[in-house]
Amino acid sequence: MGNEPKIFTKTYKWVGTRPVRPDGVDKVMGRAAFGADYQLPGMLFGAVVRSPHAHARIKSIDTSAALKLPGVHAAVTAADFPDLPSEVSAGGEAPVNFRHVSLNVIARDKVLYEGHAVAAVAATSPGLAAEAAALVTVDYEVLPHVIDVLEAMQPDAPVLHDDLYTSGVDPRPTTASNVAARTGFTLGDTAQGFAAAEVIVEREFKTEAVHQGYIEPHAAVATYAADGMATIWCTSQGQFMVREFTAKLLGMDISAIRVIPSEIGGGFGGKTTVYIEPLAVALAKKSGRPVKLVMSRVEVFKATGPTSGAWIKVKVGAKRDGKLTAGEMVLKYQAGAFPGSPATLGGMTGFAPYDIENASAECWDVVSNRPKCAAYRAPGAPMAAFGVESVLDELAQKLGMCPLELRMKNAAKAGTRALYGPKFLDIGYAETLTAAQVHPHWSMPLGPHQGRGIASGFWFNVGGPSSAAIHINEDGTAEVVTGNPDIGGSRASMALMAAEVLGIDYAKVKPMIGDTGQIAYSFLTGGSRVTFATGKAVCEAADATIAELKKRAAKLWKIDGQHVEWRDGQAWSTLDDGTDRAPLPLAKIAANASKTGGPISGAVSINAAGAGPGFGTHICDVEVDPETGGVTVLRYTAIQDVGRAIHPAYVEGQLQGGAAQGIGWALNEEYVYDAKGRLQNASVLDYRMPVASDLPMIDTVLVEVPNPGHPFGVRGVGEVPIVPPLAAVANAVSRATGVRIDALPISPPRLLKKLVDAGKV
Amino acid sequence: MEAIQYARPSTIDDAVSRLSETGARALAGGTDLLVQMRGGSVRPRVIVDIKGIAELRRVEQTPQGFRVGAAVAGAELGEHTAFAAQWPGVVEAFQLIGSTQVQGRASLGGNLCNASPAADSVPALIAAGARCTIAGPGGKREAAVEDICVGPGKTSLAPGEFIVDFFFATPPAHTGDAYLRFTPRTEMDIAVVGAGVCLSLDANGRCTAARVGLGAVAPRALLVPAAAAALVGTSVDDAALAKLAAAASAACQPIDDKRGTIEFRTRVAGVLARRAAVAALARARGQ
Repeated sequence: MGNEPKIFTKTYKWVGTRPVRPDGVDKVMGRAAFGADYQLPGMLFGAVVRSPHAHARIKSIDTSAALKLPGVHAAVTAADFPDLPSEVSAGGEAPVNFRHVSLNVIARDKVLYEGHAVAAVAATSPGLAAEAAALVTVDYEVLPHVIDVLEAMQPDAPVLHDDLYTSGVDPRPTTASNVAARTGFTLGDTAQGFAAAEVIVEREFKTEAVHQGYIEPHAAVATYAADGMATIWCTSQGQFMVREFTAKLLGMDISAIRVIPSEIGGGFGGKTTVYIEPLAVALAKKSGRPVKLVMSRVEVFKATGPTSGAWIKVKVGAKRDGKLTAGEMVLKYQAGAFPGSPATLGGMTGFAPYDIENASAECWDVVSNRPKCAAYRAPGAPMAAFGVESVLDELAQKLGMCPLELRMKNAAKAGTRALYGPKFLDIGYAETLTAAQVHPHWSMPLGPHQGRGIASGFWFNVGGPSSAAIHINEDGTAEVVTGNPDIGGSRASMALMAAEVLGIDYAKVKPMIGDTGQIAYSFLTGGSRVTFATGKAVCEAADATIAELKKRAAKLWKIDGQHVEWRDGQAWSTLDDGTDRAPLPLAKIAANASKTGGPISGAVSINAAGAGPGFGTHICDVEVDPETGGVTVLRYTAIQDVGRAIHPAYVEGQLQGGAAQGIGWALNEEYVYDAKGRLQNASVLDYRMPVASDLPMIDTVLVEVPNPGHPFGVRGVGEVPIVPPLAAVANAVSRATGVRIDALPISPPRLLKKLVDAGKV
Repeated sequence: MEAIQYARPSTIDDAVSRLSETGARALAGGTDLLVQMRGGSVRPRVIVDIKGIAELRRVEQTPQGFRVGAAVAGAELGEHTAFAAQWPGVVEAFQLIGSTQVQGRASLGGNLCNASPAADSVPALIAAGARCTIAGPGGKREAAVEDICVGPGKTSLAPGEFIVDFFFATPPAHTGDAYLRFTPRTEMDIAVVGAGVCLSLDANGRCTAARVGLGAVAPRALLVPAAAAALVGTSVDDAALAKLAAAASAACQPIDDKRGTIEFRTRVAGVLARRAAVAALARARGQ
């Protein structure tokens, strides 16, 4: 295969090292304050009244009995919130319709899923709040409901929104339906491509809705002062997002809200929107006291966003030598109760690892009576990749080809045009395949009932608005303030990059996450953007700080600024005037700051462009117990082009975490509904995410093909690793059993049935 | 909100009298009760902590057998070398309940009286032929483990009654027991099917006695005499094991739910009963 992974030859003092993370001690010692850890004097506790029905009209809500209970201070319903117009704006990770966000936070005329919030109360204790919530009477007219995505698309399906007309179809429908949108992409001519094919594989697939599964439930404390100023302490992936969304939903000025981010106990995309923050502010406004709202695990499962379950059809055509001639996919994704599934992203990503002349994707966004989906790590991509990578595995079997060779033969490279439009620049997909082939895992022998699967995956990674400020302290230490919650070790990465650019010791750099009043706007932590975009801002802030330090050195030396250079954390004079000027270390310049113009700092706000796309290839070995359908993951290796690993341990952690979540998605995780549309497994017992003992140690290989758009070559790394595992596991099980897996999860009852039906046991 | 009373009697009589009060619930390890209270599914008025009663906290060995207090924790019984040597299947079943932390509290009495059809220790107790001593307003009585649960969350215990201890009669030589369960995950999970088998061999390796208990395949854990009968008189060969598996599957009356289908549970009950019998056989042979 020839393409050796490109390895960085340039080495740095700090970038690429593995120091202890700045937030590590607090987290290990239990001192780190998460969302539910905030307390304020006089604080009330909120509880949310939720719909027991999957679909119902709200005839009336009566909070009077709850309010009569001593100790209950406030109750709110949709009547306390502005009735927002339908208006789409860029907000979270995807375009946002604030009317939908508002109706999801608190139902107005209809409840659209079990667990949909209809009212909230605040009382002096959590127990009293729960009692008050139970006293709120809601008169419902129960409506027929629909859970399944294909059923929801039927013309006779119960319609959730009477103002929803399918967009993207011509002519635009005149009747409302659950089909929110059709989008599509075309490259070349697929009919011609399939005509030229010598082998065609076509298959339908199904995946279930899965939850992000963060450990920390949503939690917020809000105050509302007499001057109309609100403060929110909460866990989220973006304090600026919480501020904007809450302001919008309550009709407040953005400047009237300050959001103070807590530590975050996982988000994976699920904390890129608001659920309880606007309720807490509304309750605080009504009661005049601080209000705390903390979701239970059941509420997290029933009322926060999972990602879509999907129905997928993929067809590929190839020549006998394995060269792909055409690829087609149709994706139908559950959006949940409001439009906005990541179907389009599935269509953009599924074929992205491959150079296919003729390809198309047709994507359908469909609402049904489930909680509104939220972003989940590479939203939309894992399901599409499950279809594409499974079909490629089957194609390799049909052709009698090594599945790695098949992928290598069709691998996208610099210059390849992707189905979604752009031509790739420097990418490292082929390098991940080479790394897989030379990895010892690939050639390990397999035993009976064992199988090996491989699969690849792609994610765009994004940039966007980020701010950073560096303050040089009087003793020469530095503070690095950014506006992104640290969800995956980003503080360590920010500190390493600042230390590298400034030329000072990592231990002298204190990274901090500012609240909305302490740092300029930063888009949320998501899209694998923080180490890239906010990291770029930190590098630029460090450059600005160095420019200032050089000016100060020039002043101390009484020479012109152009004669000063910055190297190894010191100012060096380049002026050759016979005077011997010893270099000025940063600490010395800092100590003299008041004599040269006051405090030294550098702050930038940027809109980071040049994010580098990421590709990964995973190898998975499983053993299947044919008598029970039990699947054991024996070995797992995740290989990814990461551009440049700033802190390799946390990059490896991202790869391992993504693989673990993807394995759970493949094997056991699913939303189970009863006939009335009620979620049956809203607990971590019955919503089966893998536990540590379910997984082998996940091996990682970091391939580093630098991204030219970042000073250190960083690519986003957090999302790619959840894209390949669904297919990697399914391909391994398919090869172990001889039965092609076309539906997830591959839970024991489902697999055993498949084996029995295929006559394998 | 009504306050909950907490009582910690030190005698059986006191416990019976407190448990006879309206809304009283016995507390042993609390690994089910406290979770149910937090989830709002039970609201006891009186919590009677029975861990203060000496009889419930001890493990006694006599020539006739072992007597294990109903509130002895899993970790404690596992550390009892003599018991673990004689009843490895009971211990392995008991120790499947919960995490290490839960093992420090969870009890056999609690696992039985919670009356979950999926309780791990119960099929193993049934297979071992364990008998309970029950104390109540009418005095003490004895009952077989398989007669305690009557349905999900329901027991045959009368108001005021609770389990004091379990008696395990000393088995004949060449006896082995084993318990296996099926869970999709390796830990932190609940049995989708559980199977306990206890069998005895004569000097020639013929099976002289057997008991088979199944969990999670019916409204309560089952004793399956037909499955046991498939083994008795045989050398526990493949043909006997196949009959045992078929009898175990035939005894199932499972439900479809979020944890498994009827079809899956029925089939896997046979598989697990067979595998548990193979494990018990190896132990009976001293392997």
